[in-house]
Order: sequence, then C-alpha cells, then structure tokens
Amino acid sequence: MQSKPYTRIGETLFSDVLPNGLRLRVVPKKGFNCYYAVFATDYGGAHRRFRLDGQTVDSPAGVAHFLEHKMFDLPSGDNALNLLSANGADPNAFTSSGVTCYYFQCTDKFEENLRMLLHFVSTPYFTPETVQKEQGIIGQEIRMGEDDPGSALYYNLLRLLYRQHPIRDRVAGTVESIAQITDQTLYACHKAFYAPSNMCLVVEGDVDPERIAQIAREELPREKAEPPLVDFGEPEGPLPVETLRREAMAVSAPQFYIGAKIIPAQGEGVLRQHLTAQLALRLLAGRSSRFYARLYDKGLLNRDFEYEADFSAGTGTVLLGGESGEPLQVLEELKAELARIASEGLDPRRFELAKRASLGARLRGLEDFDNVCVSLALGVFDGYCAFDGTELLESIRKEECEAFLGEVLAPERLAISIVDPL
Amino acid sequence: MELTRTELMPGVWLSCLRSDKFKTACMSLSLLTQLRRETAAMNALIPYVLRRGTTRYGDMEAISARLDELYGTAIEPVVRRIGEIQCLGFYLSLPEAAFLPGKQDILRDASALLGEMLLSPATRGGLLLPRYVDSEKEKMLDVIRSRVNDKRSYSLFRCLEEMCCYEDFSVGRLGGEAECQAIHYQKLTRQYRKLLLESPIEIFYCGRSPEQQVISALRDALITLPRGEIDSDIGTEIRMNALEEQPRLVEEAMDVTQGKLVIGFRLGECMEEPDLAALYVFNAAFGGGTTSKLFMNVREKLSLCYYASSLVDVHKGLLLVSSGIEFSNFEAAKGEIFAQLEAMRRGEISQEELEAARSGVASDLRSLVDSQGELEGYYLAQALDGEGCSPLELAELAENVSREELMAVANSLDCDLIYFLKGSGETGGEEDTDAE
Repeated sequence: MQSKPYTRIGETLFSDVLPNGLRLRVVPKKGFNCYYAVFATDYGGAHRRFRLDGQTVDSPAGVAHFLEHKMFDLPSGDNALNLLSANGADPNAFTSSGVTCYYFQCTDKFEENLRMLLHFVSTPYFTPETVQKEQGIIGQEIRMGEDDPGSALYYNLLRLLYRQHPIRDRVAGTVESIAQITDQTLYACHKAFYAPSNMCLVVEGDVDPERIAQIAREELPREKAEPPLVDFGEPEGPLPVETLRREAMAVSAPQFYIGAKIIPAQGEGVLRQHLTAQLALRLLAGRSSRFYARLYDKGLLNRDFEYEADFSAGTGTVLLGGESGEPLQVLEELKAELARIASEGLDPRRFELAKRASLGARLRGLEDFDNVCVSLALGVFDGYCAFDGTELLESIRKEECEAFLGEVLAPERLAISIVDPL
Repeated sequence: MELTRTELMPGVWLSCLRSDKFKTACMSLSLLTQLRRETAAMNALIPYVLRRGTTRYGDMEAISARLDELYGTAIEPVVRRIGEIQCLGFYLSLPEAAFLPGKQDILRDASALLGEMLLSPATRGGLLLPRYVDSEKEKMLDVIRSRVNDKRSYSLFRCLEEMCCYEDFSVGRLGGEAECQAIHYQKLTRQYRKLLLESPIEIFYCGRSPEQQVISALRDALITLPRGEIDSDIGTEIRMNALEEQPRLVEEAMDVTQGKLVIGFRLGECMEEPDLAALYVFNAAFGGGTTSKLFMNVREKLSLCYYASSLVDVHKGLLLVSSGIEFSNFEAAKGEIFAQLEAMRRGEISQEELEAARSGVASDLRSLVDSQGELEGYYLAQALDGEGCSPLELAELAENVSREELMAVANSLDCDLIYFLKGSGETGGEEDTDAE
C-alpha cells in the first residue's frame, strides 16, 4: 500500500489496487468518533448500453437505480439496510448518472459494518416477486420526482443541451421503463458493473489502512473481471439542441437553470479542467462577483442562486440557477457580463482573492467525511486524486479561466430551462 | 473537548469548545427573543439587512471581497426557532491558521467583521437603508411564498400551523407573510436597536484558538454593543393536550401527483419533566429511521407509501409523522400509522427494535461531536434549556433507555391534528366520509 502525505491540508492518503482490481483509498483520522465508508461502482443511470460476454446489451432507463434499491435484499431474507441500522450504522445509497455509491457512517463496530457493506453489494439476489414489489415503490419515487420542480428544471435543461447522451433521461427512469426490468436484467447489470475491477472502496476514520485492505481481500471475489465497455453514443458537439424550454408547475416564482456543455478533458488535464471551471464560475457568478452583486441588488437574483460545473458519465455541464422574476433578463445580463470579461479580462486582484476563497472552501469541504469520500471515489473513476486539488489550484492562471468562460459560455452555447408558476 | 462558559458582557455569553480536530473554526452569534406573531417577521429580516452592508463595507460586493480576502471566511445570516424562542444572528466559519499561507491567524479580523455587521450597519440619518430593507423584504417574501415548492416540508409546516393555531409557534421561524409585507425601515430600525439593548446573546466558538484569544477578539469586536435591561423572561409554552377531543382533520387540495399525510401529536405529560434520551429513542423506534416501525411496516411490509417517518420537537413537545402516499391510500396509511403507535403503547417492541433505536440515537450523538455545525446547534439548544449534558453523556443515557420508558412516551402522546395534502384533479377519487 502506498501512502502520500498532503501536508498543506494535514491529511495522509493511503492507496492500493487489490489483485481483483479493486481500487482502495483510506484517509486515517485520529481523534474522530465517526467512520465513513463508501463502496462505489463506476455505473450510473447513463450506463445503459454496454458490451458483456461479446454481446451488446441495451438496458432500459432506471436499471442502475433499481439495482441500488434491490441490492439491500440478501438471500437469507434479511435486508442489509436493516442489519446495518440494527448495528448502529447509518447506511444509505445513491445513484447519479455516473455512479452508484453505497455508504454508511457509524461510530461503533466499524469492521463488522464494513464487512456487511462489502458483502451485500457483491451478493446479487433478486426474484420476480421482489422485483415486482419494488416497481411499486420506485414508481412512487418517480412520481414524487415528477412533482419536484427542481428535478423538472434540471432534466429539461439536459434535454436542451444533449442530443442523445443518456444523461438526458431521469436516473430513476420512468414508470414505463422500469416496468421492463426483470430479475434477469438486474443479474446481467450486476455482473457487468459490480466486479471489483469496476469499483472502488474509500474509507475515512480512525482506522489502520492495512486492515481495511485485508478485510476487502477477505470479503470480495478474488478473480479480476474485465471492466465492461460502455457506449454513450456519438460524442456530443458543443452546441445545444435547443436554447429555451418553459414549463408551468406548482411553484411560487419562476425557477431557472442556465447551462452549457463542457467538452471533458482527458487524462492529466481532468482535475485541472474541474478546478479551472470552478474558479472561473466563482469569478463570473460567485458571491463576490460583480454580476451576482448587481443582479441581487436589482432584485433579479436571490440567495438561492447557485452555480456548478458537473462532470458525470463522460459529460461536463455548467449549471447556473435559482429563482428569479425575470429569468430571461438574467440570461441577457449574464451574456453582457461574459462579453465584458471577454473584452476587459478578469481583474487580477479579484483573481487572487478568488483563489484564496477557493482554498477556504476546500478546507471547509474536508470537514465533511461524506464529501471527502465521495469526491475521492469520483476521482478514482475519472483518473485524478481529489486531494491534489489544493496544490494544483495555485498553478491555475487567469488566462485559463478567461479562456474557459470565453469558450464554454459563448453566447451560442447557452441554453435556459425555466419553470413558471401555474 | 471541554466546554467553558463565560459572560463577556451583561447578558452576552460565550460557549467555547476548544478542539484541534478541525480545519476550520466556527463561531455563531445569536440574539434571543420571544417568538411573537407581531415581531417575528421583523426579527427574521434583521440579520439579512445587516448582511447587506456596513459603514466600512458598504455593499455585498465589498463584504464578499473582504471575506474572500479572509480566505473564504463565510458569515451567513441564521434565523432559527428553538421552541418559542427566536434565535437570529450569524454563523461564521473560518479556516484555521495552521492551513493558511504563513499561518496567519484571521480570528481577530473575522470577529471584527462579525461585530461590524452586527453593530455598524450601513445607515442614513441613523436609519437602516430603505433600499436594503425593501430588497431583503422582497426576498424574504419570496422565501415565505416558496414554502409551497417542496411539498414534503410544506405539509409539515401546514400541519404545525393548523395544530398550533392558537400559539405563536405557528408563525414559523420567519414570521408571517402579511407581517413581512408590512415592514417599514423606520420601524425595523427601532426593533433592531431594541434587540441590541435587550436580547440575551449566545456566542458559540469551536476551534483551535485558546479561550483567552477568543474572548479578547470578541470583546474588541463587540465593544460598542449597547446593553440595557436584558429580557430574561423568554421561553416556550408547552401545551400538553390536543385542542379537541377527537383529532382535527385538515385537508388541502393542490395540483400534485402524490399525497402527503402528516399526523401531529402533543407529547403530553411526559413533557412535565422531559427525558431527552427517552424521547429520542422513542422517535427512533417509532419512525426515526430504517429500522423503525413506520418504515418497516407502512413502507416495507405494506408498501403503503414512499416514505413514512416521524420527527420530534423536544422543545415544544410535539411529534409529527409524515408520509408520502397515493391519494387512495389515505385511510389505510393512517390506520397503519395508528396501529403501530398502539403496538408501541402495548410495549410490542422487540429486543432488536429496541437495541437498533438505542444504538442509532447513541451513534448520532457520538458522531455529532465530529461536526462543528451540529455541535453549535446542540450547545445553543442546551444553553437555552439551561441543562448541562454533553452529547457523549446523552449517548450513554440513550443506550440505557428501557422498553417501559418507551411505552410511557407512547401512552403520553395525544393526537391533535391530521393534515392531508391531496390532488385537486380527478385522480385519487376516494370519498372520505370523515372529511370536514
């Protein structure tokens, strides 16, 4: 096992790859009561078409999420969620477009809980009856998502931006798509994506890293499977399919998301692209930006205004959104601000301050075990180490941020999704 | 980690928790005042107006630039309701010197900015700027109106509003829409000055700085705080029983595809001498998590809902059960929730259920110690209750809660109101015979 000290942030990261291909990351934390473990697979809602045993499989929308729900069933008739809870742990799972994560937090009996986590996620057990029952429960969840304006807003934007990439579809699928799922679908997808070579385990807490590796070796399959080949379809171009979509729902005021596609970097450049995107967006639209302060003052933006660069399932998307009486005016103001930055450049003093603020934000992010473990896991799948960010941030130049804003947020690349009150 | 309490100035208390565990330090400052319908909206607005500009940093852009300079120190307005005490102020989080270039200590600068925000707002002629007041008022109104957007929390809010309709508690932490609408900058300035003079103030710090440094930084930051007669007569009125003999039923129709059922209970006589450990463990066993009776039965066994959970308010003495259901499952879900409560009243709690609930609560309390934000909330509530028990001590008590104690809580519960958010269209279509 390798250990690497990150003195700037006061952490040491232990890394290993087990013979079965599992990638392992451990962050020891002396003096903390909490343990946190996330067992993640590089498999999410967008991984719909893949090759397995020489055959191409097209799976319906919603399988990854459905699988996440069903993984907790054990052949003994027990439910892993209950076993972990009964052991005092706080277990849960989530599925995004790009990944599925199973995790727990606990203060007691950590090793037992860790064994349970590794065991249940690598033990598929489905029957036609349990699948049918779950179709009812997930059907409810899907309907709840359909009532949720935030979710409508988000998926409407993705449909404006993406022509065919499966990230366009709801992670949970639709009532119709999940009706096609059978126990056999779940077994096939588990086999393809839940082999240790397609997964990673990240642990944070007062633990001995060697011990974690040993437990993982004991609990997981020994053989190393070939990771599946996933097909997200034709690469997407930089331009959106359409630029405006409005929908009326039961909300008190219009909500909006402005977005644009980022063409994701490969290899070495990935983390740098993430950091550049975050820093550039902070300068454009962060709390201390001229844009935010002006629009807030004019009553065009609220405190709920947020921005992010989201990288998932081979896509990159900029999102800026919140509540506004006049979303289209916000879009015009944003375009004007981008034009101003393009002609005047970013203010060098502001640029240095934004870096300082990013450093503080990163330190704050390290307080949160959940955030640390999940970002390390995402990094494993995307080929970078999240802890390298603090040092790399120093080296980002103003010109890189200017180039990012100029290219990615060029006027013709922007789309806006709006949910209006009924 | 040891907590020390110091009175910095009359009615200004500092709770200081030294810890080397974290990479950031946190500090919160709360003015405490009685939650009342007439003043709640004004009080809630004050920290937001103060956050807009100070005499030195006249607008948000200037404040934000200063915060960036202090390595992304964050100062955010916070308005809470703990029982019927409204707590308003700021939550500050700053990077620890150990992780900053040159190990610069920014505690003094950050405290000074906090003090300036509280005591030296941007004014004209001694009055808060109408421009800032009106702008924040509009935003607050948006927030109040946006309650309806999230149907789960909206249904909880509505249940409390109806259930506590004769109590100031019903106004919510932000106050009412009409009261907010009526805010005027002159009156708001008067209320602000009155709060500064009269409100008890609770400050919480958790971080690496020695207590003396924190005290010194805060004394300097608050040197101009005017102190008058401190209002020590604030507290929560706890109603033990339901308003009417039979639970009231309130139904509301909206364009939604999923119904929300919320059942409100008074905790009853067990609030005479509330045993926090027993209340938390009861809540965990009944509806707190995935091993609870509600989750296991209403959701897992009978698939009557997508979620069914309970939450307990130990300050006001309430318990709410909330679930998301098909409209047509209203009677069945309601019946099953009461059936589970009856089971708890009869003591039908298996050893596994009891242990899962105890260890769940104990584990939550032990992990709370690893989070500054949660420590802050815990100790603020404790300062208000005037009781001294650390999270770790409470965790131990939780591990020893007995089945009989849970039965006692179950038998003390009194159902006050049932709230149902249903669809406005043709969907659902069940006829309720006992509708109002």
